Amino acid sequence: MLLRNQKMITLIACIFTLFLTLAAWLLPVDTIMVIGTWSFKLTSSINILGRSLVLGSADQSLLALIYGSAVVWFAAASVTQTVRRLNSLGLAIVALLVAALAVEPFLYAALLVEMAVLLSIPLLAAPGKSPGKGLVRFLIFQTLAMPFILFSGWLLAGIDANPGDLGLVQQAALLIGLGFTFLLAIFPFHSWIPLLAEESSPIIVGFILWMFPTVALFFGLGFLNHYSWLRDASDLNNVLTSVGLLMVVSGGILAAFQQHLGRILGYAVIMETGFSILSINLEKTGGLNTFFMFLVPRTICLVIWALSLEVLKRQTPSLSLSDVKGMVRSSPFATSGVVLANLAIAGMPLLAGFPPHQAIWERLAATSLPSVIWVITGTLGLFFSAVRVMLSVSAFPEGAHWEPQETSAQRVILSIGFLVLLLLGLFPQWMSPLWMKLPAIFSHLGQ
Amino acid sequence: MITILNWVALLIAVITSIGLLLQRDWRVGLGLLAIQYLSIFWLVQTHWPISMAAGKLVTGWMACAVLGMAQLNNNTSPVAEAAWPQGRLFRIFTAGIISAATFALSLRASSWLGLSLPIAWGSLLLTGMGLLQLGISAQPFRVSLGLLTILAGFEILYAAVESSTLVAALLSAITLGLALAGAYLLNMSQEGKA
Repeated sequence: MLLRNQKMITLIACIFTLFLTLAAWLLPVDTIMVIGTWSFKLTSSINILGRSLVLGSADQSLLALIYGSAVVWFAAASVTQTVRRLNSLGLAIVALLVAALAVEPFLYAALLVEMAVLLSIPLLAAPGKSPGKGLVRFLIFQTLAMPFILFSGWLLAGIDANPGDLGLVQQAALLIGLGFTFLLAIFPFHSWIPLLAEESSPIIVGFILWMFPTVALFFGLGFLNHYSWLRDASDLNNVLTSVGLLMVVSGGILAAFQQHLGRILGYAVIMETGFSILSINLEKTGGLNTFFMFLVPRTICLVIWALSLEVLKRQTPSLSLSDVKGMVRSSPFATSGVVLANLAIAGMPLLAGFPPHQAIWERLAATSLPSVIWVITGTLGLFFSAVRVMLSVSAFPEGAHWEPQETSAQRVILSIGFLVLLLLGLFPQWMSPLWMKLPAIFSHLGQ
Repeated sequence: MITILNWVALLIAVITSIGLLLQRDWRVGLGLLAIQYLSIFWLVQTHWPISMAAGKLVTGWMACAVLGMAQLNNNTSPVAEAAWPQGRLFRIFTAGIISAATFALSLRASSWLGLSLPIAWGSLLLTGMGLLQLGISAQPFRVSLGLLTILAGFEILYAAVESSTLVAALLSAITLGLALAGAYLLNMSQEGKA
């Protein structure tokens, strides 16, 4: 009886995840806590088959961020009809990816990420339809990342023993690079993102496209934090700048020419990953704070964008620009959500995405002006796509009436989202408690 | 004697991986994959205890069983690939190129990693053939075979450098997970109709 009640399941998932968020933020680790006659201690590590999962006090803010974001996704998904599996499988995916960030030696994370990828398949696959190209490519590319990262781990152990072996360093760097190229969907292995965003449920794709790149970026920062030779490599700056710019420019420009709203979301995610890579590269000039500044606004933007697309998808045969023409009169909140989230991710002033984008423009301008021009080109591309969507949804026939078809719950959730987008744009410092704590995870970066 | 058996295992890997590329009947394909796991077991047990290597064999056979059951339930006829040549001659030719390229690579890899040639070549050959399988097909069944073959090739090489029980367990779980994901993709269209 309980299992059939979807609202109850969503409520349980949200409360449970919220409890985990609060526990991660508030409860001390490795300290005995006494409640009446009952005492307990949250230990920072557990051992499984000779390896440890370690989550110390420095990781608490990251845990709170991940589970807090999961609450937002589950709450947003609760007002749609296609997400019966998101609560259960989503929680399992979040747990596996948190385990990936906690495992020691941290290279084994590749195995746990792969398990999360496999668990994502039933989440992304729509029953009754043949699997699309995007889903198959997602499985292939994410699976191919694992061998490269695992094998690079073995080489890295060799470098620890013999740091002067330049050949070994080059081989390890190449393997790590290939592994992260697959994991972060860096060009030319990015094609699954727009395809998947076109084929699958937008809210589920949004969740996957938020979760996997975020964890992969933290995993990458773990590499930089752990290996000084990698951190100090002379070519690292050039590689990260080139890759970041390539993703920003290709994502932005390709988004400008898309005819499908889901694909625009996909390219925006590629662009955002590019911005994160650029901000990691600016680590020496305080850029790691910029990397953390992106996390919350990106989550909010993706939730609003994906939820709006999910609402629109219920009312139209497809999410192509021609099919959503004039829909502002039937779905004013959802169409506004798509445009606002798009503008926010493009870095529009007064919206949540502006402060981190402004910080990165400023820091990038201090180091390389041509890079800023490329970044602006990509940003303009995404901005142009928002204008195209706005023109399309507002092109209603003469005499058309306002007939909003969204449910009250959808309107409330989207309205809260709009408010948060605006407030985070106006008062970005409200997130500063999080930014202050997150850098403690990476003790060797940004020092 | 053991060296000869390594070469025999390599020969089985060559025949089965090329067979997987050429076959059009899924029953034959799964039979070849099951035999391929025998050669993988033999090549892995040169570095791992036989009980751990047997885990690979059992997991591989379970993966074959999962895919087989999924195919039995799958009533849809396979869709012809649109973009790539379908002829056997083309596949034999590309398999020949992969075999030659991996042989050349394995000569260097065996001295670099301190492995015997059959193990290095077996690993790289399976990885290459798996990649080729992925490159010429987008059908879930063939993609599953390709991914399992790549993973098997990687596991042979990785067994030589890592003998952690946790890694072995997780890799086995991933092999099974890949088969289950493949089975899910194969039966997706049926699920909605039921």
